[in-house]
Amino acid sequence: MSVELLPDGRKRIRAPLSDEDVRQLRVGDVVLVSGIVYAARDAAHKRIIELLDAGEPIPFDPAGQIVYYVGPTPERPGHVIGSAGPTTASRMDRYTPRLLELGLKGLIGKGGRGPTVREALKRHTAVYMAALGGGGALAALQIRGQRVIAFEDLGPEAVRELEVEDLPVWVVNDCEGRDFYEQAVAPWRRDELLPEEFRLGTRP
Amino acid sequence: MGQVREVDAAEITRAVRELCMEINYKVPEDMVAAIKRAREKEESPIGRQILDLLIRNQELAAEGEYPYCQDTGYTVVFIDVGQDVHIVGGDLTDAINEGVRSGYRDAYLRASIVADPVFERRNTGDNTPAFIHTRIVPGDQIRIQVDAKGGGSENKGRHAMLKPSDGLEGVKRFVLRTVEEAGPDACPPGIIGVGIGGNFEYVAILAKRALMRKVGQPHPDPRVAELEAELFEKCNALGIGPQSLGGTQTVLAVHVETMATHIASLPVAVNIECHAHRTGTRVI
Repeated sequence: MSVELLPDGRKRIRAPLSDEDVRQLRVGDVVLVSGIVYAARDAAHKRIIELLDAGEPIPFDPAGQIVYYVGPTPERPGHVIGSAGPTTASRMDRYTPRLLELGLKGLIGKGGRGPTVREALKRHTAVYMAALGGGGALAALQIRGQRVIAFEDLGPEAVRELEVEDLPVWVVNDCEGRDFYEQAVAPWRRDELLPEEFRLGTRP
Repeated sequence: MGQVREVDAAEITRAVRELCMEINYKVPEDMVAAIKRAREKEESPIGRQILDLLIRNQELAAEGEYPYCQDTGYTVVFIDVGQDVHIVGGDLTDAINEGVRSGYRDAYLRASIVADPVFERRNTGDNTPAFIHTRIVPGDQIRIQVDAKGGGSENKGRHAMLKPSDGLEGVKRFVLRTVEEAGPDACPPGIIGVGIGGNFEYVAILAKRALMRKVGQPHPDPRVAELEAELFEKCNALGIGPQSLGGTQTVLAVHVETMATHIASLPVAVNIECHAHRTGTRVI
């Protein structure tokens, strides 16, 4: 079992994740990620898809794994890594369904995902989670190891194997198609102060 | 006519280098205060938790080991050169880029710039070139303001050539639409820089310059200041909140800059700054 329920209600996960593990993660859950995650962002995704199109092997087997959209700052001597917060996830939307088809189970970034990815998360039983956007210094403290495994020429965009310990994230899109941002924002909208097209009618 | 004052290009390099090295670790005081104010005002419990984390992130970064954010930005340089200054010992653009190059290298900052936008997109490896806005101004000093501008929030900026008949209401709707669509991607709570007037290219620079003001300092023209206050209230009424997890503190400030425009035009631009607002100024 790769999902551990903690006494405070948070959940700790560790790859590889099964479909059953993913089904236990629901919108709004606070999750601590431990173990191995693969760092890959824009340029790495582009190359991975090109390799798949060419029938070539890719840097890691996505089955059951977690990808973290991050391009860290260079590590200072004696440090494992530099700042390492998430980048905007929607830029990877074009590439994500292909990796989900190959069994990728977890995605970590920041910001929302488009309808195609949300649908693909349902179809392939996978989950998208957001880390603290702009919290790069805090994220660095949760990373215990890093190793560049492919595309070193891409510098900060190289593919890395990261060993993380209790990296805090929250579930934004679960495998049942829910979206946490939609749910979270609506109760706080103050329609009376806004032009008509921005009113949600959700607050009495 | 004033005396001509010589300034060595190496002094410009040093100023840019030091600013790059400082601002990525130590968030400016006005931004620290703005986040604290938001923490006091935020009504949503999860919003308060997020703001507490951002304060911890600021404190950790200020210790000088880890930059505030891994995206250490486009290096945007606003340089006002006094017309009585003569720069000697090198080229101004080269001097600025050398400051970026050495500052980013020695402070372990990320190289985030690719040499071309659509062909190879090869990383230049040193965060150059800087994005430089130069003005020639009266006097014999050089004022340099450096901003490390994150790409995620930059991507959420919008620009429109409205019609004069759209008026002030059209401008307000455009700002709100931009903030709404940016949502979580622009790492709220941040600063909203708005340019109104000018022409196609000036309005975007107005919006960027609006971000360079002290956080929350109102515009000196009371009409503009009133618009800033109204937009501030309306942006926060969107309920997006810190990290878009719901709350009352979506923006820390709205800064508006205006200028003359054409009888046919109402240009408007919105440039969003995330909570990782990193800027500093030196005068030579």
